[in-house]
Amino acid sequence: MSASVEELKAIATPVVVDARGVSCPGPILAAKKQIAGVTVGNVMEVLATDSGTLKDIPAWCRKMGHDFLGSFEEAGAIHLFLRKAK
Amino acid sequence: MTKMSKKTIIVFSGDYDRMMAAFIIANGAAAMDDEVTMFFTFWGLSALRKTQKPAGVKSDNSFLQNMFGGMLPKHAEKLGLSKFNFGGAGRFMMKKVMKSENVMTVAELIETAQEQGIKMIACTMSMDVLGITKEELIDGIEYAGVATYLGEADEANVNLFI
Repeated sequence: MSASVEELKAIATPVVVDARGVSCPGPILAAKKQIAGVTVGNVMEVLATDSGTLKDIPAWCRKMGHDFLGSFEEAGAIHLFLRKAK
Repeated sequence: MTKMSKKTIIVFSGDYDRMMAAFIIANGAAAMDDEVTMFFTFWGLSALRKTQKPAGVKSDNSFLQNMFGGMLPKHAEKLGLSKFNFGGAGRFMMKKVMKSENVMTVAELIETAQEQGIKMIACTMSMDVLGITKEELIDGIEYAGVATYLGEADEANVNLFI
């Protein structure tokens, strides 16, 4: 189900959560805070540097009922994409 | 889609590192839309002490209770490490590394827990034993005993003793 890097880069993301430099549990706290402002059906991008987020954001999505679309690493940052499903 | 669930954590230890673990799990669960109840008993109560001891509050504590209260860590950031504490030097060094790595301190984790609506309950029995009064503890917490905790644990699918 994971989208390719090109597909992810092509998605318009109105909300970008910058959790770079923040350690666990910072990125999911930031994601939780910002998801409220996202319209259902829209994509949110999470930027992080903590490598644990590669597993944590998908787990958070499963628990919250959002669709995790995929991730890629670029210029020292991890870009994670999810679609708000409810 | 998963439904909301509940987690309960008993915080018995007054070690800085264990307190971090307890609050990171609690905050993580709350960020995943879980209801979280933390029950603070014995040495864990030290984390809930206010940074500034309220002045002019008279307690009817006995000499021994006051002695316990006086020897306990003054507040969350004064807790010692479970290993390599070296009279606080170890904690100082670890907090320095934590700062450079952007890891939240226990004080920050407690603040976030309150923002996230995590329920914190102080055990009144151990407060009496250790000579800790309500005035010394942070605002926004509840006071109860074992039955309240067990009632909460009955509804939870994860229960930790830290």
